[in-house]
Amino acid sequence: MALLRLMALLLGVFGTSVAVEATEAPIQALLQEHGEIIAKSSRKTIAPAIDALAASGLGDARTVLEKWQAKELWLRKADGRFFFVAPHGDGLALIDIASGAEVGTAGKRELKQLKPNSGIRGMIGAALVQFQLRDPDPAERALALDAIARDAEASHLEVLRSVAPDESDPVLRARAERMQRLLTIRFDPDAASQVAAIESFRSDLGVDVRAALNPLLTTERRVAVEIPANANLAQRLTPGTDALPREAAVALLVEAGALPPPIDAETRKAVLVANIAGGVVGGVAVETLSTDAARQTAYDALAAAGLAEPAPGAAEINAALAAHVFFDAFLLQNPAVTAAAAAVLESIELTLALNQTADLALDALSLASIYFLAAIGLAITFGVMGVINMAHGEFIMMGAYTGYVVQLVVPDYTLSILLALPLAFAVTFGAGVAMERLVIRWLYHRPLETLLATFGISIALQQIAKNIFGTQARPLTSPDWLAGAWVINDVVSISYIRIAIFFLALVFLALLLVILNRTRLGLEVRAVTQNPRMAASMGINPDRINMLTFGLGSGIAGIAGVAIGLFAQVTSEIGQQYIVQSFMTVVVGGVGSIWGTLAGAALIGTLQKGIEWLNPSNTLAAQTYMILFIILFIQFRPKGIIALKGRAAEA
Amino acid sequence: MTDAAFSAPVRRPFAMRHPSVLVFLTLLALFTLGVTVLSEAFGLGLISTSFVKTLGKTLCLCLAALAMDLVWGYTGILSLGHMAFFGLGGYAIGMWLMYARTEIIVTASLAAAPLPPTPEEIREGIATQIFGVVGASELPLVWSFAHALPVQLAFVVLVPGLLALVFGWLAFRSRVTGVYLSILTQAMTLALALYLFQNDSGLRGNNGLSGLQNIPGLEATGQDVLSVWFFWASALALGLGYLFCAWLVSGKFGNVIRAIRDDEARVRFLGYPVEAFKLAVFTLTAVLAGIAGALYYPQAGIINPAEIAPIASIYLAVWVAIGGRGQLYGAVIGAAFVSLVSTWFTGGQAPDLDLGAVTVRWVDWWTVLLGLSFVAVTLFAPKGIGGVIAALAERRAPDRHGQDLGPDAGALREKEAER
Amino acid sequence: MPRLTRSLTGLAAAAALATPALADCPIKVGVLHSLSGTMAISETTLKDTMLLLIDQQNAAGGLLGCEIEPVVVDPASDWPLFAEKARELLTVHEVDVIFGNWTSVSRKSVLPVIEELNGLLFYPVQYEGEESSKNVFYTGAAPNQQAIPATDYFLEELEVEKFALLGTDYVYPRTTNNILEAYLQDKGIAPDDIFVNYTPFGHSDWSKIVADVVALGADGKKVGVISTINGDANVGFYKELAAAGVSADDIPVVAFSVGEEELSGLDTSNLVGHLAAWNYFQSADTEINAGWVEAWKAKMGEDRVTNDPMEAHYIGFNMWVNAATAAGTTDVDAVRTAMYGQKFPNLTGGTAVMLPNHHLAKPVLIGEILEDGQFDIISQTEEVPGDAWTDFLPESAVLTSDWKDLGCGMYNTATETCVQIKSNY
Repeated sequence: MALLRLMALLLGVFGTSVAVEATEAPIQALLQEHGEIIAKSSRKTIAPAIDALAASGLGDARTVLEKWQAKELWLRKADGRFFFVAPHGDGLALIDIASGAEVGTAGKRELKQLKPNSGIRGMIGAALVQFQLRDPDPAERALALDAIARDAEASHLEVLRSVAPDESDPVLRARAERMQRLLTIRFDPDAASQVAAIESFRSDLGVDVRAALNPLLTTERRVAVEIPANANLAQRLTPGTDALPREAAVALLVEAGALPPPIDAETRKAVLVANIAGGVVGGVAVETLSTDAARQTAYDALAAAGLAEPAPGAAEINAALAAHVFFDAFLLQNPAVTAAAAAVLESIELTLALNQTADLALDALSLASIYFLAAIGLAITFGVMGVINMAHGEFIMMGAYTGYVVQLVVPDYTLSILLALPLAFAVTFGAGVAMERLVIRWLYHRPLETLLATFGISIALQQIAKNIFGTQARPLTSPDWLAGAWVINDVVSISYIRIAIFFLALVFLALLLVILNRTRLGLEVRAVTQNPRMAASMGINPDRINMLTFGLGSGIAGIAGVAIGLFAQVTSEIGQQYIVQSFMTVVVGGVGSIWGTLAGAALIGTLQKGIEWLNPSNTLAAQTYMILFIILFIQFRPKGIIALKGRAAEA
Repeated sequence: MTDAAFSAPVRRPFAMRHPSVLVFLTLLALFTLGVTVLSEAFGLGLISTSFVKTLGKTLCLCLAALAMDLVWGYTGILSLGHMAFFGLGGYAIGMWLMYARTEIIVTASLAAAPLPPTPEEIREGIATQIFGVVGASELPLVWSFAHALPVQLAFVVLVPGLLALVFGWLAFRSRVTGVYLSILTQAMTLALALYLFQNDSGLRGNNGLSGLQNIPGLEATGQDVLSVWFFWASALALGLGYLFCAWLVSGKFGNVIRAIRDDEARVRFLGYPVEAFKLAVFTLTAVLAGIAGALYYPQAGIINPAEIAPIASIYLAVWVAIGGRGQLYGAVIGAAFVSLVSTWFTGGQAPDLDLGAVTVRWVDWWTVLLGLSFVAVTLFAPKGIGGVIAALAERRAPDRHGQDLGPDAGALREKEAER
Repeated sequence: MPRLTRSLTGLAAAAALATPALADCPIKVGVLHSLSGTMAISETTLKDTMLLLIDQQNAAGGLLGCEIEPVVVDPASDWPLFAEKARELLTVHEVDVIFGNWTSVSRKSVLPVIEELNGLLFYPVQYEGEESSKNVFYTGAAPNQQAIPATDYFLEELEVEKFALLGTDYVYPRTTNNILEAYLQDKGIAPDDIFVNYTPFGHSDWSKIVADVVALGADGKKVGVISTINGDANVGFYKELAAAGVSADDIPVVAFSVGEEELSGLDTSNLVGHLAAWNYFQSADTEINAGWVEAWKAKMGEDRVTNDPMEAHYIGFNMWVNAATAAGTTDVDAVRTAMYGQKFPNLTGGTAVMLPNHHLAKPVLIGEILEDGQFDIISQTEEVPGDAWTDFLPESAVLTSDWKDLGCGMYNTATETCVQIKSNY
């Protein structure tokens, strides 16, 4: 201990001019020595401080590093000394970093909190690995593995190799072992063990594997008179092919100095301007130089007179192209390693493509279930009853806001969601029934009027929501057991929220099918839909049935609102985003059929994801083309995918 | 309006047979004269330039509403996409306005260069000016004719017309009718708006075309004068449009389209090519809307995809509904009334309503009032404001089949009434 | 508090009556922010900010012996309406200055009107640059005051080697991403290592895009996301990010349009550590900011937060007041001349200076999202002078803006000519 102190002292004396008191704790002295860069807190300069701490062998180095990483290390502005702190009245109590004793108090403005950014935190984490990997607490060891995954260093390979075989926790052991193989690929200088490690990852889907393998295959495009013997050749290229267009080959030659640079319009113009003499350049009057051809003539004249660089001719270019070879070479010199990496990557390729397709299919399924949930209420009001309800989207909004209000009252997320679902149904059922009674029943014979009246209700409801809840998006938070995602592997995963929505959609599909086909109410609904007069004469009250059906459709919209609010934003405009899509889902699927709506949602969801996959950089284009497709689809199949036949279709 | 079929065989002059046309045109002329006299540029200066612009734009909206009335009130096709045609007309003229204005600026700045500019350099300069803002410097293909005013003027008519022709042909051929057609037209507007929203569409994406109020070549003319000129042009277009529509619906063509509205199947059995009639009306009204748009946007100053959003077309339908379908003057009244009242309420000029416990701020509650008034109009006054005027003039729709059918009952078709 | 303000206002009015008026009283300030429609979300806050600032100034004795009267209009998120309302403010209400606009398209809409009628507009929002108008003062950040420093932070501090530029499909993200692409390539990032995606406004289906971003890590380079996603769409994006378990340590996200207001719409516990770059955060630890936050909360309620565009209005309004006082008039040209070199303390410490190119010199802050929806400021630069024309696109690198000496907003330094006096709208 005394020796260490002496060492620290010496370091301090040699390092900077900071006067180190004899009583200074070594850790404080070490920090003081690097005080400036620690306070500056930039990843580019911080390394010596972290290395010094990690290598100091001081018992409290780990604590300091951990506290520093957690933004719990403070600096007193007056004298630059470091402290831990504890709250103390308005200010803070200072705690000595070595002894842990309270040594005074200070106001917040007298201190500076050290806030290492995540880059520095990663470096600290990497430095902590050596301590944590041997920690008895498995959680600490897991942290160390996380740190290696983020910021691996060559030194970690040694540590991993020494601790991995002794790891008692089987999960951690598997991780450590895998990590060790990955680090072998990256850092082991021995080609044979590299190749062995590479081979061990055959058909492995992990992103980390590809992240380790791909850098090995980095290539450089080169041009030479002949391929050098020591080059690890990836492929040879022929100029004028897709892989290497002629212009690119010429550019490579220019870069290599084998060709003079071509004369572009800007250069030509600059040369012309520089050679203007008395309103004439290259024998051509300046005022006539307003065409490309005239400028070229003038330039050629200048070049002929030796006043400008002549542009390389086609023959010269062809000769240069013929005289050189173009090729991609691996940066890594060892062909065994690159070949093994390429082979393993290829083995991953097919599995990867399959899994990507599966992931896309899951996304499509999820989108389809969202569309289905949003549209199914409409399938009932529009499809079965023939009522155009433009305010359907606002029922979705009402459901989402109901969820938000419930969460305000009931802070437990699980309970609040369980309460919100029936409550949202009740609220929108009530709203739907009220709307049917007050407005829609007067307009059953005038569908186009219904469209206008419900549109009026739609904009009124939207504005009322704005007036009540404000225009800011409101939080609707899912319970913890719905947070996160179901991760099948590094490629295929889907969030639990979306799975829940999928099941919710299934439940409603089943429920509606049962209600419409197996219950008295369903029978009456179908009867009223097909022939209200006949149904009335059979003792069914069409008014009551219409009211209930409309309420049911609206209520489902409310539940959809809660579900949508859980994964997207709750605003007064949430309904607007779904209304047109919902109408199209119903129309494409075939009006009047629950199965049709399902088919419509599936088609639209798949289609949208498919187009997004084709053009990943522009999601807006995907939506545009999807709508265009729907328009065309309806032209050729106006009754939708599942068209009702017979008398029901005429009703 | 009297059906021509019931009128006396003696052909009196058109205006005599349709006094409402004469009344409308007279009122429009008086209104134009009044605005001119009160304007800042040509008269007493009692009406501000911004209000002249508002009035001019309102006249263009009236023209669009007229088209909407023709296609919906007379033919029974509830198109929720006519503002798309309106917007396309605006884009067509906007491209020329932007190109020509930028060309003047670019030529002026290049004139100082040591070499006279080549056409390519000018074009490139214009492209950088117009598209620099959205991070591109090449003129997209759709701008090929932007330098030529006659071509772009032709596009004002051709682009909306062609789109309507193709879309209508596809839709009517597949017998898409009623609410399906409404949804389909809505989808068309949405697709167009989304397309224009993309930067890749070459029409400056969300930013759209701006600075359209500055007319190239008329830099020296102040906006106070220009606003009145555009007001005159809008009034003229509305007057001519009204006359044309009135003439159209008064003849045999008008009878056929009204018959299509009332019972499409019967008209088809009578041997009329229903689809051709519908397509003609659809295309014609699209062209009218395009012309209205071309006059509207130089007054508004900017056009962008939000103008084409589906909600704009729904508003158009609502104006016609409030004004009264199946009467040309109804459409005009509806568009003028609702859009001007809207301006008044959202402008913050409307006084707050103090209800004791709460104060109703119209900025917040105007939309609610507007929405509820749609409901009220559809429920209680399907004839709209125009219906009130008709009632005052003590004229009734001809009694057909003993049912209150036709435009006065909200385009109620007989088939629907039987249910 | 309101009563106090009112009595102070009364005093100020009395004082104004007593002293000879130097300008036409009252001095009118136009407030051109959408109070309805999609942009009301953000802009209503700025209208309230202006009303608070005007109240404070009136309580402090008004301006030039006059009371300041706000004229609030509602352009309803309708871009043509912005132009109409601007004309109305300038010609009918005859306001002396306008504070307003949020979106770039609305600014482009009012530009011709403001320039034609020689008005004065203070624009408070971070924007894409590539514009300079004689009649507009840009108090928000230009790209080099937000995007570029944030990208530098990614490159240097987080050692990000692969970039996902995600944005909403409109002008600000498009232009910003263009500048960033050029800048990154300058810094040696290969074009293949820059992934760009544009989504519509209010986009909510983020699962595929988040999966795409995660998949970018497959070639062993550290991935970072630069987000110019606008408004509500962020909620869904961050929720999906949290669900996918993307930690800020693995794939950091820096956002240019996410502030305290946007975060109040979601549960931030899973977003801790993701970043935002602004010129102001509510958490800035200064006396003057504490006072401002307190005044705002007193006016609007305890749960309201302050944000960057509010600070821009705070600085802009106070500079305008000082410039008008210095000029002794509210005449646009006199005030404009007096604006150059105006200094005013930032809420975050340091001093903002108005440059001859109508932009401010302001510090750039980078904050990490905290559990409570606030930001932990982990980096604060010196004042960075705003640059109207970016240095990273070849066409605009040669352009400069100097309204004081050159009298030109688009001056080509290569040919030494003024490209145009009016701005490009």
